[in-house]
Amino acid sequence: MWNLLKRSLRMGRLTESRLDQDAPHLHSLKQSWHIRHLDCGSCNGCDWEMSALLNSVYDLQRFGFDFVASPRHADILMCTGPLATQLNQAANATYEATPHPKLVIAVGDCAINGGVFKEAYGADSGVGEALPVHLEIPGCPPSPEDMLKALLKLTEKDRKSVLT
Amino acid sequence: MDNLQSLHEYFEIGGAKDSRDNSKNLEKAFDIASWTEREGLVWLKAESLPQVIEDLWLDPKTRPVLLTHVGNDERELGHGFVLYFVFHFPGDFTLTLGARGIEEGFPSLSAFCPALNWPEREVQDLFGLVAEGHPDPRPLVLHPGWPEGFHPLRKSTLMTNTDKPNFQPKPLVFYPAQGEGTFEVPVGPIHAGIIEPGHFRFQTVGETILHVDAQLFFTHRGIEKLLEGKTIEEGLKIVERVCGVCTVSHSLAYCEAVEKLAHIELSREALRWRTVLAELERLYNHVGDIGNLCAGVGFALGNANGLQNKEQLQRLNKEVFGHRYLRGMVIPGGVKIQPSEEKIEFLKERLYELQADFEKWIPLILEHDGFRQRAVTTGVLKNQSALDLGATGPAARASGVVVDWRERHAYLLYPELQVEPQVETSGDVWARLMVRVREVRQSFELLDTLLSGVEEVRGSQDPQVTQSLHVSQVPGRIEPYSFAWGCAESPRGTDVIWLMIDQEEKIFRCRIRSASYANWPAVPLAVLGNIIPDFPLINKSFELCYSCCDR
Repeated sequence: MWNLLKRSLRMGRLTESRLDQDAPHLHSLKQSWHIRHLDCGSCNGCDWEMSALLNSVYDLQRFGFDFVASPRHADILMCTGPLATQLNQAANATYEATPHPKLVIAVGDCAINGGVFKEAYGADSGVGEALPVHLEIPGCPPSPEDMLKALLKLTEKDRKSVLT
Repeated sequence: MDNLQSLHEYFEIGGAKDSRDNSKNLEKAFDIASWTEREGLVWLKAESLPQVIEDLWLDPKTRPVLLTHVGNDERELGHGFVLYFVFHFPGDFTLTLGARGIEEGFPSLSAFCPALNWPEREVQDLFGLVAEGHPDPRPLVLHPGWPEGFHPLRKSTLMTNTDKPNFQPKPLVFYPAQGEGTFEVPVGPIHAGIIEPGHFRFQTVGETILHVDAQLFFTHRGIEKLLEGKTIEEGLKIVERVCGVCTVSHSLAYCEAVEKLAHIELSREALRWRTVLAELERLYNHVGDIGNLCAGVGFALGNANGLQNKEQLQRLNKEVFGHRYLRGMVIPGGVKIQPSEEKIEFLKERLYELQADFEKWIPLILEHDGFRQRAVTTGVLKNQSALDLGATGPAARASGVVVDWRERHAYLLYPELQVEPQVETSGDVWARLMVRVREVRQSFELLDTLLSGVEEVRGSQDPQVTQSLHVSQVPGRIEPYSFAWGCAESPRGTDVIWLMIDQEEKIFRCRIRSASYANWPAVPLAVLGNIIPDFPLINKSFELCYSCCDR
C-alpha cells in the first residue's frame, strides 16, 4: 500500500488540463449531460474509444458529462456502427425510451454513412436511416479527444437550443 | 510424434497399416489429395464424416484442435456444397477434411463434437443446408424474421446495395424453464454501459442460475458475404474492421492465408515487426481487460489503474505506428511502417516505464482480499468442457488446456522466442485473470527481446519490409479456386481465416472464425450455479467480443 501511495504522489495529476482551456463555460454544473451509448453494430473500435473517455486521462465527468445505464436517464444517444439490421428494432426501442428533449450523435464513419459495411445485407448506411442524427463525429475510429471536443462544442450552446 | 504416427496409420500414409477393425470400412471412404510434412488434405464423403471425425476427435491420442469449420457453395465448380474441417494436431500438423457433393443436408456431428454446434447451425442458416440429427437446430446467426428461403451465402443469392432483404423481426426462440420457483430473467440486447449488444436469457431459482441462453448475432452485418467478389486489398480493409481491438490478429491471419496462396516468402524483418505488432496488441488488450475485470466487482481504483495503463499503451501505438489500434499496419507481403531508429528507442524506453508501472499497480488487485474472494471459485469452466467446446486463448489456458497458437504452430518469430503457454488449472475468474497477468509480463519480455534484436540487424535493411506486393496486381500468381487458412493468436485466442480465391483473383469465400466465436459457447457453461450478480464479472473475465463473433 505504501508503494501505491508513493506512486500516486509521484504521478501527480494524470488528467490532461489542456482540454479545459477550450471550454471556458465549465463553471455551470446546471448544464450536465447524460449520455447513453447505443451500439448499432460497430466493430468495437469506437466503443472502446468511447469508454476511454472515462479513464483518468480524459476524465469526462469533470465536464459535466456522464454515461448512464438506462436510456430513461439519458439526454444524448451516442450511436456507433452502421445500423445492423438485426439491431434496428432495439435501436428504435432505445430511442423511444429516451425522454424528450434528446440528441442523437453518430460516432464514427460507420454510424455516419455505413463505412465499409454499407453494402452488406445485414447493415444499413448509418444510424441516420432509423434515428434523427443531430451531430456527427467522423473517424475510424474517432479518437477520444475528437469525441471530447465534439461534446464540449455542445456545451458552448444553450442547452435548450441543442436538445430537440 | 506419437500423435502423428497414429494419424498416419489412420489414413494409411507412408504404407503404414492400420491395425484397427474399421480400416476396411474406411478404405474407400477417403481420398488423400495431398499430404506433406505440415499439412494434409483429405476428401471424404459426407456419410463417412461422423465415423472419421468421431475417431479423430474422441481418440485422446490424436485429439486435435478444431481450427475452423467452413461451408462453401461450390455448385458452379460442380462440387455441390462443400464442408471443410480444419484440425490441428500436436506436432504442428494441420489436416483439412473436405466433404464434397452435399446437396440438401449433411450428418450433424455436434452430439459427439460439441465444438461444431455453432458452426453447423450457422451453415444451416447461411446456406440452407440441414444438419441432420442436430440436437439443437434453432436458428443462430439469422434471427427469425428474414424472408423465407433467404440463405445469403448461397451464390444464387445476389446482393445489391439498393435491394436488401426485408427483415421483419419475430420473437426469438428460447427453451422454457419449468417447475416451481423458476424465474426467467431476460437481459439485453442493449446493456447498461458501453458494451456490445447481445441477449441473455437467464433461468434462475432465487439468484442462482440454472441455465442461460446466449442469443448473440445482433451485430451480424453479413461480412462474409460482403467480402465475396472483393479484391484482396479491399478484403483486408474489411477484415481489419471485423473486430476493432483484434485488428492486428485478424489481418495477420488474413495475410498469412493470402501469402500462402500467392507463395510469398516474408523477410525476417517483416516477420519481426509483425511479431512486435501482435505483442503490442496483446499488451494493451490484456492490460485493459485486467482493469475491466475490476469494474465487474465495482473496484474503481483497480479499474482506473488498468485503464490509464491501457491509455498509455494505446498512445504509444499511435506515437510509433500512427494508430491507436495499430490498424492498417499488416499488409500482404509485409508491414506498412518500419519505425525509425529514434522511434524504436522511444518504444523500448516507454515499454520499460509502462512495465514498471504495471508492476506497481498490479499488486493492488492481486493482494486485495475483497477482489480475490469475488474471483476465486467464480465462473468455473471445467477442463473437459473447455476441451469439448474447443475453447481457445486465455479462457482455455485458465482451465488447464495447454493451447497457445504461438507455441503450437511455427509462425512469425515465435519459434525462436520459445513462448511458453501460461496455464492455470482452476478455470475460475481468478485463473483467467492470472493467465492475463502472466501473459502481460511475458509480452513485455518478448517485446524487449524483439526490439533489442532490431538494433543488431539494422544495417541490413530489407526493402521488402515496408512494401506491399499488391498481390492482386500480379495475375496468375494465385491458382484459381485454391484455398488456404491463416491463424494468429489474438489476445482472446486463435483467430482463423479460411480463404478461397476465384479465377479473377477475387475473394470467392472467406470464413472468419474469431477466438470469441469459439469461446462464446463456453460462457453459459461457466455461469451455471453462480448468481446473476456475478454474471458481469464472469463475462468480463472471458472478455469476448461480439462483433467478430457475429460478423
